[in-house]
Amino acid sequence: MLIPHPLLGPRDAQEFVYLGDAALIDRPDGTAAGIEAFHDYLYLRDNPAGQHRELWYHEQGDRSWLVVTRDTVTHEILKAELARDVALARGRGR
Amino acid sequence: MSGPFRLPSGGLIDRGRTLRFTFDGRAFAGHPGDTLASALLAGGVRLMGRSFKYHRPRGPLSAGSEEPNALVTLRSGARAEPNTRATVAEIYDGLQATSQNRWPSLRFDLMAVNDLIHPFLAAGFYYKTFMWPARFWERLYEPLIRRAAGLGRLSGEADPDGYDKGFRHCDLLVIGAGPAGLMAALTAGRAGARVILADEDFLPGGRLNAERLEVADMPGADWAAAVVAELAALPNLRLMPRTTVIGAFDHGIYGAVERVADHLPEPPPGRPRQVLWRIYARRAVLAAGATERPIAFPGNDRPGVMLAGAMRAYANRWAVAAGRRVALFVNNEDGLRTAADLAERGVEVVAVIDARPEGARLPGLRHLRGAEVVATAGRLGLRSVTLRHSDGRRETIAADALGVSGGWNPNLQLTVHHRGRPRWDEAIAAFVPGPGGPPGLAAAGAAAGLMSTHGALASGRARALEALADLGIAARAADLPRAEDAPVSLRPVWHVAGARGRAWIDQQNDVTVKDIALAHAENFTGAEHLKRYTTLGMATDQGRTGNVIGLAVMAGLTGRSIAETGTTAARPPYTPVAIGALAGRSRGKAFRPVRLTPSHRWAEEQGAVFVEAGLWLRTQYIPRPGETHWRQSVDREVLATRASVGICDVSTLGKIDIQGADAGAFLDRVYANTFSTLPVGRCRYGIMLREDGIVFDDGTTARLAEDEWVMTTTTANAVAVFRHLEFCRQCLWPALDVQLISTTEAWAQYSVAGPNARRLLERIVDQDISDAAFPYMAAGRVTVCGGLRARLFRISFSGELAYEIAVPARYGDGLIRALVEAGRDFDAVVYGTEALGVLRVEKGHVAGGELNGQMTALNMGLGRMVSRKKDAIGVVLSGREGLTDPGGHRLVGVRPVDPSAGLTAGSHLLEPGAAKVAENDLGWLTSKVYSPHLGHDIALAYLRGGEARIGSRMRAVNLLAGTETEVEITSPHFIDPQGERLRG
Repeated sequence: MLIPHPLLGPRDAQEFVYLGDAALIDRPDGTAAGIEAFHDYLYLRDNPAGQHRELWYHEQGDRSWLVVTRDTVTHEILKAELARDVALARGRGR
Repeated sequence: MSGPFRLPSGGLIDRGRTLRFTFDGRAFAGHPGDTLASALLAGGVRLMGRSFKYHRPRGPLSAGSEEPNALVTLRSGARAEPNTRATVAEIYDGLQATSQNRWPSLRFDLMAVNDLIHPFLAAGFYYKTFMWPARFWERLYEPLIRRAAGLGRLSGEADPDGYDKGFRHCDLLVIGAGPAGLMAALTAGRAGARVILADEDFLPGGRLNAERLEVADMPGADWAAAVVAELAALPNLRLMPRTTVIGAFDHGIYGAVERVADHLPEPPPGRPRQVLWRIYARRAVLAAGATERPIAFPGNDRPGVMLAGAMRAYANRWAVAAGRRVALFVNNEDGLRTAADLAERGVEVVAVIDARPEGARLPGLRHLRGAEVVATAGRLGLRSVTLRHSDGRRETIAADALGVSGGWNPNLQLTVHHRGRPRWDEAIAAFVPGPGGPPGLAAAGAAAGLMSTHGALASGRARALEALADLGIAARAADLPRAEDAPVSLRPVWHVAGARGRAWIDQQNDVTVKDIALAHAENFTGAEHLKRYTTLGMATDQGRTGNVIGLAVMAGLTGRSIAETGTTAARPPYTPVAIGALAGRSRGKAFRPVRLTPSHRWAEEQGAVFVEAGLWLRTQYIPRPGETHWRQSVDREVLATRASVGICDVSTLGKIDIQGADAGAFLDRVYANTFSTLPVGRCRYGIMLREDGIVFDDGTTARLAEDEWVMTTTTANAVAVFRHLEFCRQCLWPALDVQLISTTEAWAQYSVAGPNARRLLERIVDQDISDAAFPYMAAGRVTVCGGLRARLFRISFSGELAYEIAVPARYGDGLIRALVEAGRDFDAVVYGTEALGVLRVEKGHVAGGELNGQMTALNMGLGRMVSRKKDAIGVVLSGREGLTDPGGHRLVGVRPVDPSAGLTAGSHLLEPGAAKVAENDLGWLTSKVYSPHLGHDIALAYLRGGEARIGSRMRAVNLLAGTETEVEITSPHFIDPQGERLRG
């Protein structure tokens, strides 16, 4: 696979490490949320046949974490964003 | 003349040169341009192999990579390569080829007894027969079947040749250099696009080399050669002969195997035998041609029976007659070309048996309409053919070769690699590329079901023009050369009905029409079930000649259409790939990179023994003269360290520089304990959890300045921790002002431990490092040896007064030499990982065996380090009920009650008298060492309710090693539990 890195252009997927569902960005606040919320965050994932937003780490490259929108049926990649931008847009900060 | 069956003229072979080779020890001759099969046929050899199951005598069925029968072993010794297709192997002077799957000889094979008992060996025989008794399977049935199964044998020796991998990029990849591929490459090449033209053959031209058909009013092979010459001169086009595109992968990535040196006695110096290419293509044209299929009739597998197109190729391309008296059995117009071509070349064609009742007859030949072959005879090769005329009358004709054509199947395999679904085309009675398939890949020519030369040329040009337009590359449509455009005119005949005897469908796997009927009777009617039940379409040829007729026979039995029956999905690779090509250079020592520490050269000079730690080679111990057992060296290193001072290279520990105004806050979130309160110039032991509450890693982190920290990780987790920290920084807390960089390889770091550690270091470090100036857990920048910048940490893994000192990696060799020199008066030793392990187990520090990815801080006795006053990764879930059981595993020490008794790591802890069953298992020994200080074995262990059991006696049982030892449970701190030494 080729991943269109937003900064570096198309890069071979072999340069990346896959983590999984981009929902891992939405980590609960550990000072407020309890075990139930963390359990759901950590263990409950969707496994769609179709579009999936997932985290890839450019380990053999610039160390960016990316959110890649991929069709799990065709492997078509519809979008690749810097995870940092996605996290900021989702209200994550400090 | 190279053999009695070589025709006096013609052929794309160099008759001026003779190449000598052997087959089963017999000498033969051929010419450059010959394959092993063509040269053997020229030499009168038809019998080239024995079939897989029944050991039937077999000859070549085809003239290409689809060959199911003529599999041989090439070369000898370590270079022997089994299961190579004689039909594609190029001969060279000195080639040794050997037949397979026969004993004692190809002509007399004792295993052919299987053929006599064939009624018992039908499809499903193994599944049904070797069921009972179950215990016979492993001991008797499987070894017997394994001995009988398989074709060629591996040499068992390491392959002496190199293999490589490479990467290439192009606008257009053209797969196949027949008329369609050449026209596509010409169109794109002239337009200036970057083109790769790959062809599995050593001679580009595809089917044009095997035909007498004209293109642009010249012989097709000459036209192909002229186009190839033009293409070869284009700087933007790369011609890759002997290169098979084996698979279409995601996003326009194609795998291809180039046989660089298979046609040579051995690879030239510095060159690989094969290269596995990864080709990144923006667009691709599949011009892989088509494969002819046989017709199933009794005795259709005898040597001498071959595909009509192959017979024509042997005559036209290699100037070899398949026999003296040749018959043909065809159901389509293309098969008649063989009759005409052979007659033209002076080969006697005794009969053309044409299953089609209607139509004109070939002039000057005995062309029998509406006839079918019902039997053949000849033990090791065809002697006669029995046919049934349209009126039912039978006739036996003497013939030593029979060409069969049942139609052609497009080579659409690559279009199926992305869930593409082939479509059944009634007009040519074959599957053609259907919807789906790899984006950017379009089929042209016979691969797309266009069977005429004109169709190939026109579609090759069209597909290339479409691809170029897609890419925005301006192109001009080259004139189409004049070529034949004959219709296929086929009447489907899959197998000859009403004839007795075994009719073969898949010759490689010995699948007959009867086996298909049996699969139907047992309801294995789906295409995939049929394959698995009968083995139709398995093994090296993947059923390229047999699949469709097998499916058609099944369709006939079920009453469904072939389209409804469907076909199995072709998967990569298109043709067999040597494991060596897939491995490339990743063999032996080059399997993975080796990382050397800065003291490696020094340690080598000392005769150190090294151990692999991940990619690293670390010093395990350094034997001294007279030491004959590793324990002598390790015991000495441990005792000398505790008595005076020892030095150890710890450069392999992960080192991460963490900077920024929020670095402290960041560390508070990634470590379970608190760091933001740590003063500048101090370091702290930290424990890092995974989000599920399990301990991930541990190490010390020092604060070098208000906003500058340096973290250490374990050697094993250096990469994973850094990845995790980047995840936390970028995905979880993107607004924190914190920056990370891995400096693992930037610093050489040595531990200096023991009562004389400070005195030794005072000779190296330029600053005051007295206990008052540099107390326990101090950290900071210093200089050494009169000005070299360095970092000093007063931390201890051994329990002794200890420091770790780091200098830029390029000074690591110098520093180890300086430390050893400075320690000479103190009898300083350099210790390796074994002594390191002994020292830390004696002190009760957790490491590899304890940091096993299953245990919490509580299990490790570090529960109080987990701060619940802040948000940190893993803290919430570490509080789950299952992880906080008071009776759960706790870290303890273990020693044998009898000091002379040994302990075994991995042993399980049981109550005295408890039965040795899993329910009574209370824990296990994670790390075991011999403590020279205490004079007996000691171990760390996880034990249920461990703290409460300290002082009690248990049994350490190891069922694998067959050991059982009475042990006492102790504190994990065997030495200096109060920590007085390290604060000294």
